[in-house]
Amino acid sequence: MNENLEAVIKEICQKYANDSARMMDIVRDVQSVSGGVSKDAMRMIAAVVGVAQVEVESVVTFYAHLSEQKKGKVVIRLCNDFIDRMFGADRVAETFEKEFGIQFGETSADGLVTLEYTPCIGMCDQPPAALINDKVVTWLSTDMASRIAKAVKEDGGIDKLNLPNGDGNNAHPLVNAMVHNNLREKGNLIFEEFVSGSALKNAVAETPVEVIKNIKASRLRGRGGAGFPTGMKWEFTRGADGDEKYVLCNADEGEPGTFKDRVILTEAPDLMFEGMTVAGYAIGAKTGVVYLRGEYQYLTAFLEDALQKRRDAGLLGKNILGKDGFDFDIRIQMGAGAYICGEETALISSCEGLRGDPKNRPPFPAQKGYLGKPTSVNNVETFCAAAKIMEKGAPWFAQKGSQGSAGLKLFSVSGDCKKPGVYELPFGTTVKELLAKVGAEDAIAVQVGGACGVTVPPSDFEKEICYDHLATGGSVIVIGPGRNLLELAHSFMEFFEEESCGYCTPCRVGNTLLKRRLERVIDGKGMPEDLEYMEQLGNTIKSTSRCGLGQTSANPVLTTLANFRSLYDGLVKKSEDGLQPSFSLEKAVGLSESIIGRKSIHHHE
Amino acid sequence: MSDKIKFSIDDVEIEGEVGQTIMEAADAAGVYIPRLCASKNLTPHGSCRVCTVKVNGRSQAACTQPIAPGIIVENDTDELKGHRRSIVEMLFVEGNHYCMFCEKSGNCELQAVAYRLGIAAPAHEYLFPNRDVDATHPEIFIDRNRCILCGRCVRASKELDNKNVFQFVGRGIEKKVAVNADANLSDTDMAGVDMAASSCPVGAILRKRVGFAIPVGERLYDAKPIGSEIESNRAENK
Repeated sequence: MNENLEAVIKEICQKYANDSARMMDIVRDVQSVSGGVSKDAMRMIAAVVGVAQVEVESVVTFYAHLSEQKKGKVVIRLCNDFIDRMFGADRVAETFEKEFGIQFGETSADGLVTLEYTPCIGMCDQPPAALINDKVVTWLSTDMASRIAKAVKEDGGIDKLNLPNGDGNNAHPLVNAMVHNNLREKGNLIFEEFVSGSALKNAVAETPVEVIKNIKASRLRGRGGAGFPTGMKWEFTRGADGDEKYVLCNADEGEPGTFKDRVILTEAPDLMFEGMTVAGYAIGAKTGVVYLRGEYQYLTAFLEDALQKRRDAGLLGKNILGKDGFDFDIRIQMGAGAYICGEETALISSCEGLRGDPKNRPPFPAQKGYLGKPTSVNNVETFCAAAKIMEKGAPWFAQKGSQGSAGLKLFSVSGDCKKPGVYELPFGTTVKELLAKVGAEDAIAVQVGGACGVTVPPSDFEKEICYDHLATGGSVIVIGPGRNLLELAHSFMEFFEEESCGYCTPCRVGNTLLKRRLERVIDGKGMPEDLEYMEQLGNTIKSTSRCGLGQTSANPVLTTLANFRSLYDGLVKKSEDGLQPSFSLEKAVGLSESIIGRKSIHHHE
Repeated sequence: MSDKIKFSIDDVEIEGEVGQTIMEAADAAGVYIPRLCASKNLTPHGSCRVCTVKVNGRSQAACTQPIAPGIIVENDTDELKGHRRSIVEMLFVEGNHYCMFCEKSGNCELQAVAYRLGIAAPAHEYLFPNRDVDATHPEIFIDRNRCILCGRCVRASKELDNKNVFQFVGRGIEKKVAVNADANLSDTDMAGVDMAASSCPVGAILRKRVGFAIPVGERLYDAKPIGSEIESNRAENK
């Protein structure tokens, strides 16, 4: 068995040139072959690629899709974010548990199936959804869950179920997915007919510096949400010392409620690759890497095919479009289940085969990024926009949108609305206008910007969605009548607790403390002081955390406290007797009781 | 061109050298910025966030942020002291710390920083985690109950001992320090004299059989608060 494992591991490591920087690929492959990455496997990998065993363990234990324990042959990962639970994920979970006779978090004794919860998998427009190994199943019902369970038990998988494919390229033989695009409104930017190479032709007709000038003139800002001017990022990277430079594409969209990149990757990957190639030309990079979230594994064959077509057409490779010395190629780097890897320096760490810990800044990636070289990390949608700008010109792009936020933006709309899906709209669209389009005029709140965003009350529905007012990387979650906003905040805090990398104290510990105090309030055991405590704690987490995750993770609590204070006030009570309502004597003595093996005698009134 | 950089911390003008971090320049000038994960001779980590200062109004870790001409640094303000107290209290409730019978008491940087910040008891609820103790090694023991995840042992092992004994595993609140073996420190190449052991600011990595060698009352921070050694560098104190 061990000799066999050793041979398998040697072969896998060989595939990646025994390069420790490809650790993500190595451990992902070992996981998929062996069902887990055991201590034995870690030791063998370490020996082959020349790192310490604990370094391998450090990577394996970081990512949700990797594990030391052997997983079942079929791993069912049910999305349990707030939106999926709004639409019945809990009932689907019960069905799976009943059918398989195990709880979530467990593997069946025969090693057939593992049930796990997972945060947002990018299918919030078709909930509840789950990943069954790499296959996505959407719009799950309890009936469907029973059918899936039966197929897994009988056939060891769901291939024979012949689940219907979705629309567009979801039905492409290389995708073959039950996913729907739900592309509700196309502007004329990303999903317009695009001729491969047309942007690149215009780019190579100019100097790289002129290309950057164009991007700057378009006022394009990062579409991931942070909104850094793209042209400036490219300029810094171009200007940094060093011959070797990199273009990284952030396709790790993991913000709860975001799925617009999924639709780009399905319907317009060529445009994205073209944008990356333009960036490669502008910056002077020879290599591009697409960091694709593990949940989108089902798209890799299709994306590899799109890359190959571009190589065949002379749009990737050596001397692109006959331009002497313009060499550029792209590889896809798979993630393995970690929201933090959407943070650009964590993404770089992960691409380097490390834990997805963000890096200290400075130096910024433009100076010292991937493998220590100058690197520009941009969002999927940003590259698409950059390609269109090179095709149609900066003024064409800049004339749309609002003052500080030029151009069109993709919005992923989910939750309580008639038409969830992707909308391409100009920046500056108000929440109210968006709600009218999606069929959700009765919304009681709108979560703009995902878990780390803002819970917007109806009194602010006139506000514009743009970098200066309500910023979002695309996520818009509609909350309809009858929903509990504190449960929403709580589910986001659970998410951040789970997804914090744990590097810095305020994010690692603070989010757990904040979540617990919120639970106390929701349980009706809170006092007015608890609200003050949450505000203070939230501000400490926000002000002192090391990266964007911790700097925004308290937002669900802080913005609901600011905008929906009455919900909290109605739950907390002043303590009449000076005792803490959250204190439970039974719980406090529980551990002691379990040690001494008998119940203590409580003195109640 | 002058290689000195002038900037201010709490309205006091400081002169630093090119390439210094705010913390290095402050130390040299005798201005104490509280810290836990930072340690001389180790690469800055930026993880505990106790040294958070404001640079031109923006929060930054003093241990990783380089100085720049004219920056206005806030350090000893009520707001920052409040954040620091909260962070140090987080470290107390995250683990299981029992100062009254810890060998490190009096020499412990966590305890000393807590006293310096005026912490009597944490405002946060205790998490009471279950954490492992590893006493397999003949000379060293690890008590993860007292670990604050500062990463000094990880860095010291790499940078000073040229080994790779420690590394972080897990993520979020489950993150912990693991050793380079299947489970036990005794299966690593850790030696009793390694800097990785003496780099621990708390009582998480201790040498065996030297308990309470220095009596209480004569320990590092018994007479003067932590940071005094830095403040004695200040020109007016010389």
